[in-house]
Amino acid sequence: MKFAPLVWRSLLRRKLRTVFTLLSVVVAFTLFGVLMAIRTGFSAGITVTGAERLVMLDKVSMINAVPLRYRARIASAAGVADVTNANWFGGIYQDPRNDFAKLAVDAESWLRVHPEFVVADGQRKSWLANRTGAMVGADTARRFGWKIGDRVPVQGTIYRPADGRPWEFTIDAIYDTPEGTADRTQFFFHQAYLNETLAPGAYGRDEVTFFVIKVANPREAEQVASRLDALFDGASPQTRTATEKAFVSSFANQVGDIGAIMLAIAGAVLFAILMVIGNTMAEATRERTSELAVLKTLGFGDGRIFTLVLAESCLIALAGGGLGLTLAIAGIALVGDPTSGMLPPIHLPTGDVARGLVLIVALGVMAGLLPALQARRLLIVEALRRR
Amino acid sequence: MLVQILAVTAMNLQSIRQRLGSAAVAVFNIAGVVVVFVAVLSIAEGLRSLEAAGDPDLALVLRSGSDTELTSGFYMEHVNAIAEAPAVARVNGEALASPELLVIINVPLRRNGIEAQVPLRGVLPVAFKVHDRLSIVAGRHFTPGRNEVIVGRAALRQYAGLEIGSTIKSGPNLWHVVGVFEDAESVAEGEIWCDARVAHPVYNRNNSYQSVSVALTARNQFDALKDALTTDPRLTVTVMRQSEYFADQSRDLQTMVRSLGLVITGLLALGAIFAAVNTMYSAVAARTREIATLRALGFDSLAVVVSVLVEAVLLGAVGAGIGGVLAWIALDGFQTSTLNFQMFSQVSFRFAVTPVLLWQGLLCAVVLSLIGGTLPALRAARLPVIEALREL
Repeated sequence: MKFAPLVWRSLLRRKLRTVFTLLSVVVAFTLFGVLMAIRTGFSAGITVTGAERLVMLDKVSMINAVPLRYRARIASAAGVADVTNANWFGGIYQDPRNDFAKLAVDAESWLRVHPEFVVADGQRKSWLANRTGAMVGADTARRFGWKIGDRVPVQGTIYRPADGRPWEFTIDAIYDTPEGTADRTQFFFHQAYLNETLAPGAYGRDEVTFFVIKVANPREAEQVASRLDALFDGASPQTRTATEKAFVSSFANQVGDIGAIMLAIAGAVLFAILMVIGNTMAEATRERTSELAVLKTLGFGDGRIFTLVLAESCLIALAGGGLGLTLAIAGIALVGDPTSGMLPPIHLPTGDVARGLVLIVALGVMAGLLPALQARRLLIVEALRRR
Repeated sequence: MLVQILAVTAMNLQSIRQRLGSAAVAVFNIAGVVVVFVAVLSIAEGLRSLEAAGDPDLALVLRSGSDTELTSGFYMEHVNAIAEAPAVARVNGEALASPELLVIINVPLRRNGIEAQVPLRGVLPVAFKVHDRLSIVAGRHFTPGRNEVIVGRAALRQYAGLEIGSTIKSGPNLWHVVGVFEDAESVAEGEIWCDARVAHPVYNRNNSYQSVSVALTARNQFDALKDALTTDPRLTVTVMRQSEYFADQSRDLQTMVRSLGLVITGLLALGAIFAAVNTMYSAVAARTREIATLRALGFDSLAVVVSVLVEAVLLGAVGAGIGGVLAWIALDGFQTSTLNFQMFSQVSFRFAVTPVLLWQGLLCAVVLSLIGGTLPALRAARLPVIEALREL
């Protein structure tokens, strides 16, 4: 520790270079954080909490509806603990660009099956009691400045009331979710409200887009899924049931190449830049061969010289990398999704922060190791003669 | 003055050979920025070229208030009303108005076997007179009334099991692939087409259609068609040009790709500026004695500044060249598909590394290098001559 000032002085030897190298490291690790967050976004962002949940859709096409009457048969099937349903509503709030998912749900069972939605008790009660009420995610509420009690008109696209006027909803509840478990942008309202507004026989009347099914034993999820599909095999329409995780990841996989290609290229460039930064840092030590020789002359041992040189590069890596990761985390928390809602919500998972830290240490050690070994092996006479 | 600038710059550039390492770092960083910039934006350009592929002679009619075909719907009575409009082209008395049914079916992606949502378009024979650029490149047209489909070129490449002779299982129904079509690289090439009358009962669609494509009597008749249809009391519709519709459909995807691209390249660019500063500082530092000597001989400091900036810009341009060529070789024309959330289905497109994009990459590299070179150049100009000479 008493040699800390020495490390410090050698970093200040070329102040500008140190500053700009440090800044490069900061930028590189901010980029690392952002890339990792975008990657979680592309892989649907959400670490699905409910491993015990299944999603059931129409077998032929996701946009076809399934009859609501299936619900009773699902609920009584073996291995099923609970079931709820939802209709994809579509709809436009003010401008088609204001995109967020709007779902007509069976509110009570929806909240029961999705314990990750955190709602204040009073809000929950008033939503359940209000036929035209809606529950909206904190992110969407913030985006449009909605408060409890606000009236929100939504123009129907798939479902339109006979008079053609927009649907009116009252914001009764605003939900939050623990970090990274579920999307905070969705908008839920009562399926009953949707259903009774539709003419008998109209698309969506007594129909749902999908069921969410909670299984009693998560380990049997797959078996329950195939049992449920077998149940409706002879019926029309047939169904297709999969775990929620498989459902979400099939969407992510359909986004496909473009996310992977963007990230692969940016990742490769980032990696190469880290190598270059490492090289610059190593260069800074090589320049000082004669100084190190003088230190050795003064009685600094091989081991101590080794530590001094290594400490220098590790210090830059830690300071720059730490700051970079912090900036990334802060930036993602403040700005959120740079595409304003077109990616699933992004966040930086703890695993990636850990990966970043490993990379920081690796950068410090890799950049410092070779020069440090050279410094350690340095022969005083040779080094001084070289001048 | 010019002579001085030229002389100093030439000297400067000749000395790059001795500083190859640090020059390479600057070149490399800029190349990285340009690769990422061009690569990401080539995705957006590829999506945009779909909209350019729209047929200017076609208009698309949707139910009013619908922004995609998926949420639109018509019955035959509406289609007939639309076909009566004056601006609709006619051949032998037949109105060129094509009612189209759009269903989304599951077909596995070739690249990972994942079932993707693929648009299946049900059409009537008139469709091929309306979409007159569409032509069969292999096999034959489907026979009306049969369970037969034709697939777009891009769809054939993206999805597994669409070769001629194979069958697509969709619910209880089996579709036989009998032909492959092209349509001027438009969105349709990523679709599967079939007879609407066969598809209606299969997908419980009660003879309904989602959209009507209309061939205009002349390109400038669009407004006439729009006025006629929107004032028709029997209809409540939205009318747009086909290209406009394509543009709308990929808008969200383009925005997503562009904004991600900006964030990533923005950060990389910042990093490249820092690298350029470092490189040019060490260039100036390595030549301290030289510069001081020149200044002592009476060379103007402006000449020194310009020479440093020229070097920075040249290095940047070399980097941009390398980056641009790499991106172009690796990605131009790369065919892929992605999920378009607006349409709830896959859209096929090619990456497009356009000359404009390469030019923008070069411009971006030059600007970054100038920013990076400014501080070191000023430092070189302000070098106190006597101290610098004494130092060494």
